[in-house]
Amino acid sequence: MSITTFAIISIIKSAAVVFVLLTAVAYSVWLERKVSAHIQNRWGPTRVGPFGLLQPLADGVKFIFKEDLTQPYVYKTLYIASPIIAVVFAITAISVIPFGNSITIGPITTQLQITDLNIGLLVVLGITSMGVYGIALAGWSSNSKYSLLGGLRASAQMISYEVSLGLSLIPVLIFAGSFSLREIVNKQHHLHWNFFFFPFGTLAFFIYLISAYAETNRTPFDLPEAESELVAGYHTEYSAMKFAMFFMAEYSNMVTVACLSTLLFFGGWLGPVFGPPIVQSLLPVLWFCLKVFFFMFLYVWVRWTLPRFRYDQLMAFGWKVLLPAAIANLVLAALVVALKPGIWLVN
Amino acid sequence: MHLILFLFFGGICVAGAVNLLVQRHPINSALSLVVVMASLAGEYLLLGAEFVAAIQVIVYAGAIMVLFIFTIMLLNAGEEVRSKGSRVAAMLGVPGVMIAGVLIAWILLRHSNTAAVSMFALPGDPRAIARLLFRDFLLPFEVTSVLILIAIMGAVVLASKPEAVARPSAAEPAQREVRELVASGRER
Repeated sequence: MSITTFAIISIIKSAAVVFVLLTAVAYSVWLERKVSAHIQNRWGPTRVGPFGLLQPLADGVKFIFKEDLTQPYVYKTLYIASPIIAVVFAITAISVIPFGNSITIGPITTQLQITDLNIGLLVVLGITSMGVYGIALAGWSSNSKYSLLGGLRASAQMISYEVSLGLSLIPVLIFAGSFSLREIVNKQHHLHWNFFFFPFGTLAFFIYLISAYAETNRTPFDLPEAESELVAGYHTEYSAMKFAMFFMAEYSNMVTVACLSTLLFFGGWLGPVFGPPIVQSLLPVLWFCLKVFFFMFLYVWVRWTLPRFRYDQLMAFGWKVLLPAAIANLVLAALVVALKPGIWLVN
Repeated sequence: MHLILFLFFGGICVAGAVNLLVQRHPINSALSLVVVMASLAGEYLLLGAEFVAAIQVIVYAGAIMVLFIFTIMLLNAGEEVRSKGSRVAAMLGVPGVMIAGVLIAWILLRHSNTAAVSMFALPGDPRAIARLLFRDFLLPFEVTSVLILIAIMGAVVLASKPEAVARPSAAEPAQREVRELVASGRER
C-alpha cells in the first residue's frame, strides 16, 4: 500500500469514526432522556420528529445559537481551553478502538479500526487520563466556589479510581498476553469471553465497570456535578457551545468505556457469522454495536436507579474496597495462570 | 522526517521548560511541565520505545501532574511576586551555569564520534522491557520498589502527626482565655 492510499484511507476512516461517534453521543443523550422518562413513567421528548428522534438536532442548534457568556472574573485562557481539552481527549480515545474484522472493498483490504497499535489499551488509558485536565482546569479557571469544588472532587475521584481501573485490567492482559485490543478480542473466540473466566475475569469486569463509572463522573459517582449541592459543579460558569463540549466529552467517554468493556470482557465483535460475504463482514460490526448499546443502556439504567454516594463513602469505597479487591484479583489470577497455564490460556 | 519530528518535540520540550520558569502563576508552570512530559513521550516514541512513551503519559502527565495541579488548586496558590533575585544566586548561579555549560559542551565534543541511537534500535515492546525488568535487572527493580515503599511510609509518618495532641494548637491561647473567664466568673 502506498503512502497516499494509506493517508486517504486513514482520513476516510477517521472522518467516518468521528462522525459515528458524535452521532452516537447525540443519540445517547436522546436515549438517556427517553429511558429516564420511561423509568419515571413519563414520555420524555416526543415533539421533535417521531419519538422525539430529532431532539438531538434541535438541542445542537440551540447550543450553537445560545449566548456564549464569559464572566469577567474567570482566568480567560484556561477557561476557554479547558472544554477544548476535555472534548479533544475524549474523542481521540476512539482512535485505537477496533469495531470488527477487516473489510475488503475492491483491491483494498482495511481493518475496521483507525489504527492498530501493539499498545492500544495503554493508549486509551493514557488519553483518558489526560482528560481529567479539562475538568480540573475548568473548575479552577472559572474562579467560583462551586466550580472549584467540582473540579477538586473530579480530580481526586478520577485519580483514586484510575488505580483500581488499571489494576482490574491486568488479569485480562495476562489472559491475552498482549496490549493490542485486536489481539485481546481474537483470544476470546468460541465464547471464551474474559467475563466467563470465573472468578477472576468476572470480578475484574465488575471492578472495571465500577471504576469506569467513577472515571466518567456518572451516577452513583457524579459528585463533581452534584446539582443539589454544587449547582452544576465544574461547568457551572459555562454556557452555550462550551457547555455542550463538556457534555460531548462526558458522553464520548461513556462510549469509550462501553467499547472497552465490550472489547476486553465480552468478546468485542465476536458472534455468530453467516450468510453472503457482505453480511459476513458486516455482522461483527452489528454484534459490536449491540454490545456497546447494552452498556450505554446500562449507564442510563444505573443512573436512574441508584442514588448518589456521599463523598467520604466514595473515597472509602475506592481505596478500602475496590483497590484491595483489584490487587487480590490480580495476584490470584497471575498465580493461577503461572501454575496452571493450560486452564486459562486458550491456545 | 525523523529529524524534523525530533526537532519539533525537542523544541516544544525546551519551550515548555523555559515557560515553566518564566510563568508567575503556579498553575501555568505546572501545565508547562505537563507539556514537557508529553513532548518527552513523543521523543520516546521516536526512539521506538512505545511502551515507555505510553507509561510516561499515563504516570507522569496523567497522574503525577494531576496531583500537582490538585494540590495547587487545593491550596489556592496565587501569583508569585517577582523579586529582584538574591545576590547569592547571582554570584554562585551564573558561574555555575557557565561551568556546567562548558563541561557539557566539552563532553559532547569529545564524544562527538559516537553513533547516535538509531530509530527502533531500543527494545520498545512490552515483552522485551518485561524481560529486562523482571529477569536481567530483577534485584535493582525490587530494591527500587522497597525504596519507594520506605518513601511512602515516611510520608505517612510525616502526615499523621501523632504528637499533634500534645502540641499546643493555634486555638490554645483563646481557649485558655475562655477557660479563665469562665473560672473567674464562677468565683464571682
